[in-house]
Amino acid sequence: MATWELRCKECDTAYPPEARYVCEQCFGPLEVSYDFSALDAEEARRKIQAGSPGIWRYSDFLPFDDPPRAPLEPGLTPLIRADRLADRLGLEEVWIKNDAANPTHSFKDRVVAVALAKARELGFETVACASTGNLANAVAAHAAAAGLDSYVFVPADLEEQKLLATGVYGTSLVGVRGTYDDVNRLCTELCETRPWAFVNVNLRPYYSQGSKTLAFETVEQLGWSLPDRIVCPIASGSLFTKLARGFNEWIDLGLVKGDLPTFNGAQAHGCSPVATAFGEGWEACKPQRPETIAKSLAIGNPADGVYALELARGTEGSIDSVSDDEIRDGIRLLAETTGIFTETAGGVTTAVLAKLAQRGDIDPSERVVAYITGEGLKTLDAAREGFRMHEIEPTLEAFESGLEPALTR
Amino acid sequence: MSVTVKIPAQLRGVTDGEGEIEVDGTTVGEALDAVFSEHDDLRERITEDGGLRRFVNVYVSGEDIRFQDGLDTALQDGDEVTILPAVAGG
Repeated sequence: MATWELRCKECDTAYPPEARYVCEQCFGPLEVSYDFSALDAEEARRKIQAGSPGIWRYSDFLPFDDPPRAPLEPGLTPLIRADRLADRLGLEEVWIKNDAANPTHSFKDRVVAVALAKARELGFETVACASTGNLANAVAAHAAAAGLDSYVFVPADLEEQKLLATGVYGTSLVGVRGTYDDVNRLCTELCETRPWAFVNVNLRPYYSQGSKTLAFETVEQLGWSLPDRIVCPIASGSLFTKLARGFNEWIDLGLVKGDLPTFNGAQAHGCSPVATAFGEGWEACKPQRPETIAKSLAIGNPADGVYALELARGTEGSIDSVSDDEIRDGIRLLAETTGIFTETAGGVTTAVLAKLAQRGDIDPSERVVAYITGEGLKTLDAAREGFRMHEIEPTLEAFESGLEPALTR
Repeated sequence: MSVTVKIPAQLRGVTDGEGEIEVDGTTVGEALDAVFSEHDDLRERITEDGGLRRFVNVYVSGEDIRFQDGLDTALQDGDEVTILPAVAGG
């Protein structure tokens, strides 16, 4: 059993385990800090393997004294060896972690499951979030399953599919006329006066812990070994940095042998504050006004940008960005070679993977894992132009003589 | 220029509990200096080497000052200057 507490990531000041997220001394972010010294690696491994078929199997590494029970358990999504994609890219070993296979079809189910379990433990009756879409789906669904009230704040110009897949759960859906960063500012202000658990504001230290489970699953599904390199999308930078945290916790504990993989971050040109700072050699990100089809990554003022920069530089990785056309090509490339239809964020990840391979950054012998964080059916506009339907009369002649010759030519 | 500086809950321990402070200033920097002159401890909480700490966001009437002229952003009479943590979201 591990013990844990809240500490400032910048100045290490300790805080009680409440709904709080900012250091009052230096304004830095609070994080969950664990003491794993009482945890035996072999026993931990056995517990994991005998655990539930989802993220609660890793509850020794999450901020709970007792393993939570929650009705919509995410996790243990497929890790698929993508040989046809690897062939196309001139690589030997590429794996796709398909996190669209979660209850609401994105990796956000992981962070929300952890945040809502903590919200219930702390006695909250209402949960809320600022979202670019996937988080909205997850908060609305998990709140419905747990019987909590919810408020979901999103930019009003979000994809229709993401609005529908939020509203259906009976949440209070609020469309804000502005960017995600405006929504985030509004929620930060609301958080001061409402007795609500904002999963990514006052519960953010707990919420972000859910992302580590993607690293744990990767190690377990690779037979308790590490990738050489990972490619992961960056919006706030929280998932990117918590993946490293997950790998490091298990390396430090001896649950897996090896070094932290090389970390490659993926952004869209139209919202690339972290990629720009990486390219320019800056220590901090300059905020941007997003203009991209990858709306789930459209955070112009990323909270964990500085840590994402440190991680990419510290592992000899990079943070790259791709154009909207490259994103559409990335969606098609992944679909045509793996049978996985991803949303625009996955198009960004696949396009950056392709860019790294073309640039020669990846040694062909490396084992690469790319994280596909969301579902293509949620961003249909991005796929509309990529194919055509052949319409015919319901006769053999119409198919055999009218169409088949053209299709098989 | 008379403006209102809004203090986030996490910093009210050094402003005697005050959440809104009326001060005079023609720029964001001047307005913050005026607040610091009343509550000196606030200065070290949110500034470092003469600039804002990296996890502090400042808005003038809802607009991030980094999209304007930073601490030199000009203020109009009645503007609201809002200080918020930069560690939320995503």
